[in-house]
Amino acid sequence: MPTPLIQIRQLQKSFGAVSVLHGIDLDVEAGEVLVVVGPSGSGKSTLIRCINLLEEYQGGEVLVDGVRVQKGPQLVTVRTGVGMVFQSFNLFAHLSALDNVALGPLRVHGLARSAALARAADVLAQVGMAEHSHKFPAELSGGQQQRVAIARALAMQPKVLLFDEPTSALDPEMVGEVLDVMQQLTKTGVTMVIVTHEMGFARRVAHRVVFMEAGRIIEQGAPDQFFGNPRELRTQAFLKAVLQH
Amino acid sequence: MSLIETFFNWSVFIDALPALLEGLGITVMLGAVSIVAGTASGLAMALLRLYGPAPLRWLARVYIDAFRSIPLLVLLVLVYYALPFVGVRFSSFISAALAISLVSCAYSAEIFRAGIQAVPKGQFEAAQAIGLGFGSSMRYVILPQALRIVVPPLTSNCINVLKDTALASVVAMPDLLKQATQAQALAANPTPLIGAALLYLLLLLPLVRLVSYFESRHPSR
Repeated sequence: MPTPLIQIRQLQKSFGAVSVLHGIDLDVEAGEVLVVVGPSGSGKSTLIRCINLLEEYQGGEVLVDGVRVQKGPQLVTVRTGVGMVFQSFNLFAHLSALDNVALGPLRVHGLARSAALARAADVLAQVGMAEHSHKFPAELSGGQQQRVAIARALAMQPKVLLFDEPTSALDPEMVGEVLDVMQQLTKTGVTMVIVTHEMGFARRVAHRVVFMEAGRIIEQGAPDQFFGNPRELRTQAFLKAVLQH
Repeated sequence: MSLIETFFNWSVFIDALPALLEGLGITVMLGAVSIVAGTASGLAMALLRLYGPAPLRWLARVYIDAFRSIPLLVLLVLVYYALPFVGVRFSSFISAALAISLVSCAYSAEIFRAGIQAVPKGQFEAAQAIGLGFGSSMRYVILPQALRIVVPPLTSNCINVLKDTALASVVAMPDLLKQATQAQALAANPTPLIGAALLYLLLLLPLVRLVSYFESRHPSR
C-alpha cells in the first residue's frame, strides 16, 4: 500500500472564535479523483484551502507527498506541487492568457522565457484556449477564464489539482466547457480534489465522494454507493434536497 | 494705461526674464528631485506600513500621520533654521528637497497603500497558489496592478509637490518665486511676479489636464 499523496490528520481550523473544521481525517491516494460535497458553510472550501495553506490551521497536520504543510521554506515546494483553481478564476488582470500561464514556469520554476511560453502554449492548447492566448482576462468569458486558470495550474506540472467550486461563478451555459476540461484531466492520472455542487459530474468522474457538514466528514464512499444508497440520514437529506429538481 | 504699465510692463518683463527662467530651472529641478525621492520612499513606506514586522508597521503609521499633519512650511523652517543649532547644516536646496520629500513620502505612502489594498485578495491567493513568494507576488502580480490604480492620485500629488517648491523661497532658495520677488524689488514693479505666475501656470496646467485625462479614462478591467 503506497503512502497517500495527501494525508490530513485531526485538522482543526477556526476563524477567531468560530470553529469551522473539527478534526478532519482524510487521505487522498495518488491518481485519485476525490469530490467533496456538502451544504454551504460546511467547511469544504476551507478544507482544501488548508492543503496549500491559503488558510492556516490551528490543530492537526496536513502532509503533501510526505512534506508537512506549514510556513517555512518548504511551503514553496508544496505550493508548486499543488495547483489550485478558484471559484472566481483570479486570473492576473494585467497579463494576457499566455502570460498568466507562463508566469509560474518563468518565476517559480525559473525556465527561460521561450521555454515558459512554449509550455504555456501547450497547456492552453490542452484546455482548448490556444486561439485566445493573446487576450486579457477582461476580454474572455467566464468559462474561458476558468479554462485559462486551469491551464495556469497545469503549467506548474502539479501532483495534485485542487478545485474550489470551479463552476459556481459561471453562467449556466458555460459550466459544460469547464466540466469537460476537468473530465479530460481525470484521464491523465493527475490527483484531483474537487469541491463542487455539480452532482451529476461528481457521479461521473469521482473515484470517491466525501460528504461534509458543519466541519465534519459525515460519510464517504464510491459514487454509485454514495448517490444510490447513502447510509447517513444527513447525507440522504442533503442529496434529496439537491437532486430534487 | 497705468494699470498695464504697472502689471504688464514689457521692458521690466524682458529684463527679468533671464532670472525668471533660471528660477524656473531650479523649481523644476527641486520638484523632480522631490518627486522621485518622495514617490520611491512612499512606496517603501507603504509596504512597511502594510507588511512590515509589527513595530515597523507601527512606526510607519506614526511617520505617515506625523508628516501629513505638520505644515510643510514649518518643517522647512525647522530643517533650515533649527537643525544648524545641533550642528546639522544643509544647503537651501537640500533643506527644501528634504522637507518636501519627507512630506511627499507620507502622502505617497497613503496613495500606494490604497492602491495595493484595491487589488482583489484573489490576486494574492492566485500568486501564492502557483508558488510565488511575497517579493515575487508583489513585483509581478500586485504592484503592476496597484500602480495602474494610483496613477491619477499620484500625478495629483506630483502637482502638489511642484507647487510646494515655491515655499523654498523662504529659505533663500533662488527658485522661480524668489527670482520674481527679487526682480520685483529691483525694478520696483510687480510685473516679474505676474511673469512668475504665468510660468507656474504653463508648467502645471498640462499636468492638471493630464490628471483629468487619467481620471476620465476607464480602467482597463
